[in-house]
Amino acid sequence: MKNIFKIAFRNLFRYKRRTLLTSLLIVFGMILVIVFSGISTSFKGMMIGTITDSMMGHLQIHKKGYVSSIDNLPLHLNLTSKEISNLRKVLDDNEMIKAYTFRIKLGAMLSNFEQTTNIRLTAVDPEMESQTCPALTDRIEGNSAEDGQFMQEGELILPKNLAKGLKLKKGDDIVLVATNKDGSVNAIGLKVAGIVEGLLGPSGRDGYIHIDDAKTLLRITGDEINEIAIRLNELDDLKEVKKQLGAELQQFINKQDQPAFESHTWAELSPFATIATIVDLLIITVKIVLIAIVLVSILNVMMMSVYERVSEIGTISAIGTLPSRILGLFLAEGFSLGLISTIIGNILGVAVLYVINISNFHFSFGRMKDIQLVTSVSSSELLTISVIVLLITVLSSFQPALKASKMQPVEALRHV
Amino acid sequence: MALIELKGVSKFYDMSETRVDALKSVSLQIEEQSFVSFVGPSGSGKTTLLNLIGCLDKPSTGNVYVNGTHVNDLETREAARFRGNHLGFIFQNFNLIPVLTVYENVEYPLIMVQNIAPKERRERILHYLEAVSMLDQKDKYPGQISGGQKQRVAVARALVTNPKLVLADEPTANLDHTSAFKVIELMRQMQRDLKTTFVFSTHDPKIMKEAEIVFTLEDGQMTNKEIMNLKSSN
Repeated sequence: MKNIFKIAFRNLFRYKRRTLLTSLLIVFGMILVIVFSGISTSFKGMMIGTITDSMMGHLQIHKKGYVSSIDNLPLHLNLTSKEISNLRKVLDDNEMIKAYTFRIKLGAMLSNFEQTTNIRLTAVDPEMESQTCPALTDRIEGNSAEDGQFMQEGELILPKNLAKGLKLKKGDDIVLVATNKDGSVNAIGLKVAGIVEGLLGPSGRDGYIHIDDAKTLLRITGDEINEIAIRLNELDDLKEVKKQLGAELQQFINKQDQPAFESHTWAELSPFATIATIVDLLIITVKIVLIAIVLVSILNVMMMSVYERVSEIGTISAIGTLPSRILGLFLAEGFSLGLISTIIGNILGVAVLYVINISNFHFSFGRMKDIQLVTSVSSSELLTISVIVLLITVLSSFQPALKASKMQPVEALRHV
Repeated sequence: MALIELKGVSKFYDMSETRVDALKSVSLQIEEQSFVSFVGPSGSGKTTLLNLIGCLDKPSTGNVYVNGTHVNDLETREAARFRGNHLGFIFQNFNLIPVLTVYENVEYPLIMVQNIAPKERRERILHYLEAVSMLDQKDKYPGQISGGQKQRVAVARALVTNPKLVLADEPTANLDHTSAFKVIELMRQMQRDLKTTFVFSTHDPKIMKEAEIVFTLEDGQMTNKEIMNLKSSN
């Protein structure tokens, strides 16, 4: 084997210019894939991270039918005290879950005593919410709490567009008016504790209040929520946790003999999942371009290599080299070219990503400005790209190598 | 039994509507340890005959036996193994592998064909390179040595596997007169020292005189067999 590769390497350097050009083509393709993959994966990761870490969590549990309900923010599909207790046990027993938060999502009318408008509210326990969505506090202007207590009871975090429209600032008083599930109207007075940047652009109307204030407003006695958002230790475990939770939630049956709860991943709830899918598709497209580059260039160079060395193939065949060894010689030659190109491509690709990182490129995403482009590519991604290149290299070398191994020595020796 | 035996061997090629007879019913026997030459003008069938003996080609009719093996029956892989274990080849154009040094060219069949252990391999290579007076050139590439030197390396490569038979197709055709005689003398010496049978083709009358037995071919037919030093013919 060692000798086959020694001969293969020497043959590669026999035609230096051709080898160099082919290798450069593959290296260029690899750099393209690594850089594109590095940037787009980082962008996707940042985007998913922003959505999950500051708003959605990785997974959510609701009462069956909540997500598909025709009502906007329905209150008649709340989880009861007993159901919360059952779910708490399931969540506490799962080691892959890092934190979870209980929420009541509701719609209300907000008044600054001069003007009134509608608002979507998420009522939360600030500590639980901060543990589940650690990036939320970064989005709140004027928040200085380091323990995650971004608001107290009697306070409200106002979405930026509403604050601007109603000319409200931190410390101002407002009134919230809401209708509970029985149709009864109630109102409470709150103080603005902070302004939150909207993730979804200028139309964002999502504010936060304390869960105890929501219970007061909605006249809820005891424990009652309508959403549980979950944060995992590792986002990569999402499918596994979803599967586990799905199985465990099956044990809870409602009066209609149907599953009592439903769980959804962030991707199932957010339109941004489509963008993530498009990013993945783009990466696949670039990989296909790389495959085409490698396939055509290696096939071309190996075909030329075989046709130029017909007489040499005749010689080694005549002196007793088995066809399988001749096949191996040419496959090794193609593989070596792919291997050299892969190593150089990986080094240069990672180097380009490093240069991008130290160059401090900034961009905007939604309402978030001045985000630094921090690219990264995982070792598994590099390995995948490398394996693809090497596999295609061997595959594209196979036909010329097979041709060489099947040459009749007597005819090959006649070749001038 | 003779090392080489051909019985009524013919070889023809179908060229669209015509048939080209390269060999016409050739029969011959060559004993072990002999130094034999096939002579004749271009197109007389010398190379075809060597190809058939060397298991590089198969006869259209007739039978070829080499070292007791009916080589007509050998499949591609079997033929390659037979060549690697029993035959050595020397070519008109030397056919050394350009990316390998002189040493590595001689080493090639020991690694890629016979899989000889490193220690024995080294001993054999050095022995044969010394025998062909190329030991001091062992680290050079074929492009760095002369034609005569290349052919001496080719002789060493052909002999290093300890073959029973070495086949050489016009081994001196691309050499000047002096180099040609040196190569033939080297082959003769190897034949005497190693008891290896050498069969070579030539169209050079001066070179053919160096052979013990000369078979003459014309238009694919064997026309004469001459035992040189005994001055007999049939």
